[in-house]
Amino acid sequence: MEPFLTILLIFMIIGSIIAIETKNLLSSVISCGVIGFSVSIAFLMLGAPDIAITQVVVAILILVILIRATITIDNTSIEAHWDTFAVVSSLIFFGLFLVFAFLAVQDLPRFGEPLMRVSKEYLATGPEKTGAANVVTSIILDFRGYDTLGEATVLFTSIVGAFVILRRRGRKRRTEEDTEKVGILMDKEIREDFEEFRE
Amino acid sequence: MATKPDLVSSESPKGMTQIVKTVVRFVMGIIFMFGCYIIVYGHLTPGGGFAGGVILACAYVILTLAFGKELSLGKMSDMACSILDNTCALLFVLVPLGGLFFGYFFLNYLGKGQLFHLFSAGTIPIYNIIIGLKVTSSLFAIFMALSIFGRFISKLVDEEEE
Amino acid sequence: MILYFLTLVIFVMGVYCLIAKKNIVKKIVGLVITDYAINLFIILIGYREGGIAPILFKGMDRAEFTNRAVDPLPQALVLTSIVIGLGVLALQVALCLRLYEKYKTFDMGDINRLKG
Repeated sequence: MEPFLTILLIFMIIGSIIAIETKNLLSSVISCGVIGFSVSIAFLMLGAPDIAITQVVVAILILVILIRATITIDNTSIEAHWDTFAVVSSLIFFGLFLVFAFLAVQDLPRFGEPLMRVSKEYLATGPEKTGAANVVTSIILDFRGYDTLGEATVLFTSIVGAFVILRRRGRKRRTEEDTEKVGILMDKEIREDFEEFRE
Repeated sequence: MATKPDLVSSESPKGMTQIVKTVVRFVMGIIFMFGCYIIVYGHLTPGGGFAGGVILACAYVILTLAFGKELSLGKMSDMACSILDNTCALLFVLVPLGGLFFGYFFLNYLGKGQLFHLFSAGTIPIYNIIIGLKVTSSLFAIFMALSIFGRFISKLVDEEEE
Repeated sequence: MILYFLTLVIFVMGVYCLIAKKNIVKKIVGLVITDYAINLFIILIGYREGGIAPILFKGMDRAEFTNRAVDPLPQALVLTSIVIGLGVLALQVALCLRLYEKYKTFDMGDINRLKG
């Protein structure tokens, strides 16, 4: 298991080097998608099938959103000159970070022997107490349901925030009839643009 | 009133070529059914509300990419997305509060049933369905908004360059 | 140990891309790579040697299941984190499109110069 995962991680590092350094934005986004699929293979090897399903579909949607919304507008990225201060200082700091990370990683439990103090109880009593055979689902929806409530709130807030940013005109010019409409996309100006857009 | 343009035919100018349209017409129903299966059986096999919701959103996205945005907005309009999203967010809080009638506060209060059966595990399948619908409508709505806005900007830039 | 370290290298490369590159879409790609690396790190911590997935099937021995399954708690945390990453990406792309509409370029250097 470990040699295979090491090879997969080296493949991901090569992919991220390509994603960072290439000048064509489309190649960069596609390399990012390749990294996402490799992460999904790693999840499957590590015994996490629901995470692997979710990661595959989310990687596909990230690719589609990035390409559809940005690459169709402007495709190249030409850097005229380096920002020397940013590059040099970030390389120094990340070198230091990796040195300390190497020392800190020695203190984690060995790979393959997790601590599992709380999870022993979840695995032993989960199926009886909740009635679900999938222990991960019973954790996120029964034992730790409050965290899922927080997650649903965060997802809702980020989507509503994105809609507010994409609103066409500012609040100053809104007329009175707009404030009576319900629904986010039914704002009057957006609907007018959308109608003239359909033709 | 003039006849509405035939959006599903292969000769309509929007969307992609005929091969893509034929394949998507066949495959989209299968993807939709698979997404519903992953949501409903989330407490027995790997999956759950989040994975199934994203799969359903992908089904609508592939419909948009192949046929153009009028067809997919005809199937799930922006008003429907908004209502579905808000209703599921509200239900996610109201369902546990319904347990107050039975004397439980935010607990899994329906009967547990037998292990490995479809109708078991109390309120967990209900939560899976609520979350699945919520994630589907959110992601599809934000994809349409970004795509329309992006197209609008490139039209603006083209007009300015002329 | 080498696996944890390589995952942190991917994380560092994502943050480097966020800081040192000028194009906004490249910065968004850097954040996506960071997200993938952190989710992978959390699942790596929960792996058990010779482990099976934490899903009970019919006719499985319960004691063997408790002794052999991998840790289900990191998986529960990562599941929601992946979908939140997608929602936040939508927010970032919306900001990026707004900037393009106002300044007609994706390049942060040009935007910084045009602002004043």
